[in-house]
Amino acid sequence: MTHWDVLIQQVINGVSLGAMYSLLALGFTMVYGIIELINFAHFNVFMVGSFIAMWTLEALGFPGQSHVLHGLPLAGILILVFIVTMLGSGLLGVAIERFALRPLRGVSGTAPMITTIGVSYILYNLVLLGAGADSKNYSNPMPNTAWVFGGVTLRLREVLLWTISLVLMVALNYFVRRTKMGKAMRAMAQDQEAARMVGVDVDRVVGITFFLGSALAGAAGLIFGLYYNYTSYVIGYTSGLRAFTAAVLGGIGNIPGAMLGGVVIGLIESLGGQYIAVRWTDVIIFSLLVLVLVLRPSGLLGRAAPTKS
Amino acid sequence: MPILDEPQTPSRRPPPLLEFKDVNTYYGELHVLKDVDYRVGEGEIVCLLGGNACGKSTTMKTILGIVTPKSGAITYAGARINDLPTAQRVKRGIAPVPEARRLFPRMTVLENLEMGAFTRDDVVEIEADKERVFSLFPRIKERLKQQAGTLSGGEQQMVAIGRALMARPKLLCMDEPSMGLSPAFVEQVFDIIRVINRQGTSIFMVEQNANMALSIANYGYVLQTGQVVLHGSAASLRDNEMVQQAYLGEMKSRPAAVGAGGD
Repeated sequence: MTHWDVLIQQVINGVSLGAMYSLLALGFTMVYGIIELINFAHFNVFMVGSFIAMWTLEALGFPGQSHVLHGLPLAGILILVFIVTMLGSGLLGVAIERFALRPLRGVSGTAPMITTIGVSYILYNLVLLGAGADSKNYSNPMPNTAWVFGGVTLRLREVLLWTISLVLMVALNYFVRRTKMGKAMRAMAQDQEAARMVGVDVDRVVGITFFLGSALAGAAGLIFGLYYNYTSYVIGYTSGLRAFTAAVLGGIGNIPGAMLGGVVIGLIESLGGQYIAVRWTDVIIFSLLVLVLVLRPSGLLGRAAPTKS
Repeated sequence: MPILDEPQTPSRRPPPLLEFKDVNTYYGELHVLKDVDYRVGEGEIVCLLGGNACGKSTTMKTILGIVTPKSGAITYAGARINDLPTAQRVKRGIAPVPEARRLFPRMTVLENLEMGAFTRDDVVEIEADKERVFSLFPRIKERLKQQAGTLSGGEQQMVAIGRALMARPKLLCMDEPSMGLSPAFVEQVFDIIRVINRQGTSIFMVEQNANMALSIANYGYVLQTGQVVLHGSAASLRDNEMVQQAYLGEMKSRPAAVGAGGD
């Protein structure tokens, strides 16, 4: 393997990780965008999502990695599992908003944020209680098909995961840009009271935002399992913090920013692991977070200041 | 309570579209609106005059349901709407042109207009109303793809009025429509308000520019520290000494000759 092969290989790995972080970062950024809340429960909605997906795959008859599919059946099963996972984690997000956060609407200060930390611990411990502390061998129907170009290996599962992430992000972008509800979300992010005054039902928009953000977190949880072939009740913390950093890096509240930030964090993780050392990954990522907060708090794509007439 | 009674008796005013009866509003402990009565007749332009922090914006928020009154009755089109959510009020035809316009700055002009029609589903009629807005404000049509936050203050006011019209309102609530606009533009905005009114929309307007407001209004209320201290036809208010001193910036020697029940 030449130096270039190594670099390209690590970029491929980084983009795969980045796609997952982007999906996870979107939920942070969307919720922050409309109600200025940092939702720490999001970490573990992602973790629960990876379990929902694994249980769904097991129920469909794919224990472990022995039962492999190809072609249309594979596509069908993947689409089905993504839909079930996203519905499940989306509804979990809606329930969290409805029962833990809505009663605190209008309460100022850190109470809602601390509540999300509490919810996060509840989810964490429920899964620990229900599924046990050991790492789970993930159910994965994807074959190990790979293409080798010189020293670079491109695996089918990476291409599939990129495609799925891309489709989800394009769909989200379409929803936010073009649909009535998406426009209401953007309007609320820009001026909540004005949005109410044109007749936007704030509770409904907040609920939909939690649904979408949590559904994407569930998709990211499934991607985590399919990529690493394992899941565990602890995965929320590391990936969640990295995705949160991605959201801040891109500019919290900014949807394209979260996508970009995710890919940047993924690349830092893979390239840092290759050229520096894996044990330094978190140091590099969180040093970057500190630097961004000091030098450019609005993030890479964030606005320097709110637009004013 | 009102010091001044109107020379026109209430029965000569059109039937009410919006009515406040003994409305009291609080922000926490702070008593903002105190036993306030207003009435906006169908087809009327009614203006609300008053200084800073007298309860004008609270009045607007109470009409829209952003603030709910502690006591009293708010009736709109014959129904009590005290507890009706804002979205439902907009659906029934109450649309705001809020203070400082409050456009969605990073949405395009077209998207801002579409947000005005948020509670409606009648696609064909929405298109027709868009055309109506363009005919009132030809300049809006040239700016449809532009972000609303990049428009001049006057253009933003046009879009804000256009956005409210997209709800096809029966009652347009305007909070300081002249604020921050050049004199020439103020003139233009008031002309437009008159046109909108003639097309059948009742208008309730909070305005610092008393001169302008009274020149197009049918009726007016004067609010001081949360109480209506004076109300009457626009003509009678223009001739009232207190109004002249406080809001019109004029001193006239002749005594106020309006009203019977006043002093």
